[in-house]
Amino acid sequence: MKKLYIMLGVVICLLAGCSQTENRNRGVFLLLDTSGTYALELKKARSIINYLLGTLEPGDTFAVASIDTGSFSEKDIVAKMTFDQRPSTTNNQKRLFIKKIDEFVQNVSKSKYTDISGGVLQAIDYLNEVGTGKKYILIFSDLKEELADGHIRDVPFELEGFKVIALNVTKLRTDIKDPKQYLKRVEVWRQKVEQRDESGRSHGGVWDRINDLERLDAIFKK
Amino acid sequence: MSIGSFILNITPYQELSILICLITLLLAMYFARKPFHRSMASFSKIIHSSMRLSAFAVARSAGLLRQRNKAVLMAAGLESADRALHRELERMSTAIERDLGGYPQLQRQLTETIVQLEEDYTSSAEIPQALPDWVKVIKAVADIKPTGDSMVAKMLEDINETLQNQHRSAVEKHREDVSKRHGILSNMMPSFRSLNKNIEKMSLFLADLIKRAKTIDLFIDEHRQIRQETDGAGQKLSSSSLTQFFTAGLVLLIAFGGAVINFNLIALPMSEMVGGGNYIGPFKTSDVAGLVIILIEVTMGLFLMESLRITRLFPVIGSMDDRMRRRMIWITFSILFILAGVESALAFMRDRIAADMAALRQTLAGVEQSEAAFRMIPTYGQMIMGFILPFALTFVAIPLESFISSSRTVLGYVAVGFLLLVAFLLRLIGNLGFYMGRLISNVYDMIIYPAIWVEGVILAKMQTGTPGKQDAASTKLKESPLLVEEVE
Repeated sequence: MKKLYIMLGVVICLLAGCSQTENRNRGVFLLLDTSGTYALELKKARSIINYLLGTLEPGDTFAVASIDTGSFSEKDIVAKMTFDQRPSTTNNQKRLFIKKIDEFVQNVSKSKYTDISGGVLQAIDYLNEVGTGKKYILIFSDLKEELADGHIRDVPFELEGFKVIALNVTKLRTDIKDPKQYLKRVEVWRQKVEQRDESGRSHGGVWDRINDLERLDAIFKK
Repeated sequence: MSIGSFILNITPYQELSILICLITLLLAMYFARKPFHRSMASFSKIIHSSMRLSAFAVARSAGLLRQRNKAVLMAAGLESADRALHRELERMSTAIERDLGGYPQLQRQLTETIVQLEEDYTSSAEIPQALPDWVKVIKAVADIKPTGDSMVAKMLEDINETLQNQHRSAVEKHREDVSKRHGILSNMMPSFRSLNKNIEKMSLFLADLIKRAKTIDLFIDEHRQIRQETDGAGQKLSSSSLTQFFTAGLVLLIAFGGAVINFNLIALPMSEMVGGGNYIGPFKTSDVAGLVIILIEVTMGLFLMESLRITRLFPVIGSMDDRMRRRMIWITFSILFILAGVESALAFMRDRIAADMAALRQTLAGVEQSEAAFRMIPTYGQMIMGFILPFALTFVAIPLESFISSSRTVLGYVAVGFLLLVAFLLRLIGNLGFYMGRLISNVYDMIIYPAIWVEGVILAKMQTGTPGKQDAASTKLKESPLLVEEVE
């Protein structure tokens, strides 16, 4: 009888182990900088979106939002979608997504300010709400933040479990003159994301930067 | 203060300190020589004996396993020979039933033919009627010389004419009789042919029977050899088992390739049914579902083959009564057929999804969508493959049975080989331990050689002194563990 109980226990443990379904769905939030001259780079953003749509699978979540004067707002989300579990429906959803992005790219207006932090906060909020297993925030920007008067963005990011990737971080004219400015700008964002303490241990997310858009497969690499 | 610096500082002179230490060490080693030798001898013997004992035990296990393997091989061979003999006897029984079942009819045919032949022979034996005797009389009258009498002449002419007529009719009758007789004889030919055909049939059947009897003789001989467990039978069975193992393994590999293709055909469309983003452990639910379908197909195939009594992996199915077995055949076949239909539909769905995905990728890449030529050919191809592969996988049961039965023998051989290797290694370690002990003792003696040399000098002096002491010295020398070992 004792043996029977042990065997039953083992079987139950095995079944429980099998049924433990890890959340493997990916959530991607792409922030598009629409300020100043960077708005001209949006065509490149279209290729990134195409790549992501081709890569994301049923069950994954994808959202695209613009970075403007006040990005911490649902109004800035251009398109958001959690793909259906069925591949055929997912394909239709992706087609609809492209349509929305096309409309946005055609009608986009340049913003005066660049509220990247607000966009990141919005992305964190959205992805946490969706509850995807893996969370990616892609920032398509030159990382030059310019806040309008009265906008306060000294809120620390809670980025544990997030991977933040800066895409196409272009060099400004001032950067060409003084590369230290560019490096400093990137470093500031890296610190904001990783939030390392004095011992060098990270309490935030994972930071990465991809300037070569031919290397987009690095987004989902560990 | 470390030991090194303590040693160096025994005397004010380092060299002297080292020398004193060396001499002290040498003396200590010299006095510890006997216990060291004994302990080394004991240690090496422990290793040697324990390893030899272990090697013996392992070799014995290998021997037992070999015997067990032989018994298993013989049992399997006996079963196989039984099956072959049984099948041959069944074939012979069927042939006898088929050919000898019609024997009474054949016998009746033969009897009838023979009776007919006898009758015909009797009929043909009737001699045609000879010419009437009175012809001779009339001929004698007709031969009378004419006398000139017209009346006699007239009479003789009449007689001659009558004779001629009679002769003509007699000849005709004779010809008719002969022709009739020939007709009877020619009518006998088909009967002869029929008789010949039946006899040839019988001889062919008997030849076939003799051939089968010879085959059965061979099987019985093989059976007898296996029962007697002769070396020849053992070698034949083991070689056959190895051949079966590799052949069946190869076929199983091919079947595995088929199963992989089958899996790829249904994994993607399964995501439409169970969802493409769900996971069971590290595996996608759709992949697991596809795999389960294939495994169910293989299982149904196994049951079908068992029900048809082609394989004997499940004796319960084989021993079912025929009615139940037939039901099982139909049930398993129906399930297989339904699954094949489902797979075919899934293959069609896969093609559609893949085409949709390709179209989406083209849209994303900004490429103009083009209709592929002969698009339906791969669709039909996939559907046909989806339908056929489940039935093809059914036949996996045959090589699987061979593989399982032969792997038992092969694994037995591998285990015996492994045990023999372990036994060899244990013996090697034992011997190495023994000789390492001797080597260490010899090296020890080499290190304390100055002390031994001094001992030798002293003993030599003692030998030159009193004879009793000489004996004592020689005894002491002999008592040296090293020498004891040499003697051993």
